[in-house]
Amino acid sequence: MALDATTVRKVAKLAHIRVAEERLAPLAGELSAILRWIEQLDEVDTESVEPMTSAVAHGLPMREDVVSEGGAAAAVLANAPRTRGGFFVVPKVVE
Amino acid sequence: MSDLTALTLSKALEGLRARRFSAVELTAAHIAAIEAARSLNAFVLETPEKALEMAAASDARLAGGTAGPLEGAPLGIKDLFCTKGVRSTAGSRILGEFIPPYESTVTANLWRDGAVMLGKLNMDEFAMGSSNETSAFGSVVNPWRSRESNRALSPGGSSGGSAAAVAADLVLGATATDTGGSIRQPASLTGTVGVKPTYGRCSRWGIVAFASSLDQAGPLAKTVTDGAILLTSMSGHDPKDSTSLPAEALDFASFVGKSVKGLKVGVPREYRVADMPPEIDALWSQGVEWLKDAGCEVVEVSLPHTKYALPAYYIIAPAEASSNLARYDGMRYGLRVDGPSLNDTYELTRAAGFGEEVKRRILIGTYVLSAGYYDAYYLKALKVRRRIADDFTAAFERVDALLTPTAPSAAFALGDKAADPIAMYLNDIFTVTVNLAGLPAISVPGGLDVSGLPLGLQVIGRALDEGTMFSLAGALETAAGFRGKPERWW
Repeated sequence: MALDATTVRKVAKLAHIRVAEERLAPLAGELSAILRWIEQLDEVDTESVEPMTSAVAHGLPMREDVVSEGGAAAAVLANAPRTRGGFFVVPKVVE
Repeated sequence: MSDLTALTLSKALEGLRARRFSAVELTAAHIAAIEAARSLNAFVLETPEKALEMAAASDARLAGGTAGPLEGAPLGIKDLFCTKGVRSTAGSRILGEFIPPYESTVTANLWRDGAVMLGKLNMDEFAMGSSNETSAFGSVVNPWRSRESNRALSPGGSSGGSAAAVAADLVLGATATDTGGSIRQPASLTGTVGVKPTYGRCSRWGIVAFASSLDQAGPLAKTVTDGAILLTSMSGHDPKDSTSLPAEALDFASFVGKSVKGLKVGVPREYRVADMPPEIDALWSQGVEWLKDAGCEVVEVSLPHTKYALPAYYIIAPAEASSNLARYDGMRYGLRVDGPSLNDTYELTRAAGFGEEVKRRILIGTYVLSAGYYDAYYLKALKVRRRIADDFTAAFERVDALLTPTAPSAAFALGDKAADPIAMYLNDIFTVTVNLAGLPAISVPGGLDVSGLPLGLQVIGRALDEGTMFSLAGALETAAGFRGKPERWW
């Protein structure tokens, strides 16, 4: 399927990536070329094939629901762009 | 330049244990080699002080009789591995000056065994690339040059810094990761050995995630034995990674040099692709002869869905990446570009922080997961993935391992493929199938092409049968007698 600039704008919005207006059309071209190449998958008969979601056959292990490594607030905040009083400082979320 | 850097890892470990030289001497020789090789751009961060400190501690343990299996061995670490207190960037601007407060399990295992860290190695941004050209720190230059020209060649990717550093004798070995071929393709392009173990052998904990169902760590090394020694230290069950296999770490080096007599090796006919360079075809045939001479029975097998592996990969990997990379929102670490609203801040941060290829893949991934397209693309790709894995299962009922070329070409010039994403993606045509199926594979240097550039052969093993894979790789290495080293121009 060929993507147009409008679809790219919508996908970029979903992906939270700002794309300059003049980049939309070239990107649509690049992404369409990749998707056209991908569409050869339609040749494969996948009737009654179970989707493969993991490369390992064993199930996911369970563990006790307890804190394993806690009390590390300073380490967690150490790389934050902005902090105050032990919290992340982020832009206003609700008006 | 001291010839301590010319040693293989196994020879260096012998020399250290025999106290013929100290870990500090060995480390200092490598630090000098790194300083003299900055034009290769293999390192994004050199940590000479830390290295000498670790080496001194190794010397104390060597003297005290408490040496670990890698005691005093100076290694390079791909910048995808989080290293405590040492900047880790994944080759991206978006992580900025991120300094992890924790250590990845794989690197922790190496330090536990006595290894010394020389620094962090350059790579394609978030491991997305096959030429090392998408790195925010600029391309790595392959230490190998063609006989015909002095053009700068790509070391392959995404583990380009790891491969170049090993090939140029800047490190005794390096960590790397492989999502679609990122260990094996650079190994092939630099005349080094690259090992991608069975999915789940090495813990992914503390490795910056790209495509979690495909990502797997492994070593780049000078020899098959060195790769085996490193993998033994790197691997092992880790409760912190839910997909880590409950399998014991084995002494993989004990399999190298074992007889391969009577093993049955398959040659997949679908890998004989159109427009394969004749030299690669010839090396492959040579590999078959080498294994026959060593007593293997070689038979043709069929993996009918091979050609669909790359297109399936370019749905699955971007889908997982778009989800994994959603965490880079500028709030808790890394870059933040402030905008008038929260959404503007997200969008501006991610626009400034991610490079073009990463953005392309996030957009593809977001699209194939979006409402209305999920079944047609993502679910379809997961079904094709199953068929590819089933092809291998059927082949492994008849054979013990597979032999293929590693990459469809020798090293190419920087800039040659950067403009065409699909041409770049095709580099992984022989390697990506293995990631989809979760199997172990190794690239071993087989020889040089007419331009004097290295070419690799790939051995693919059954899941968790790295042992047989290492035995066959050892047999190929012995038969090939590859001693090639790039001529030092840097």
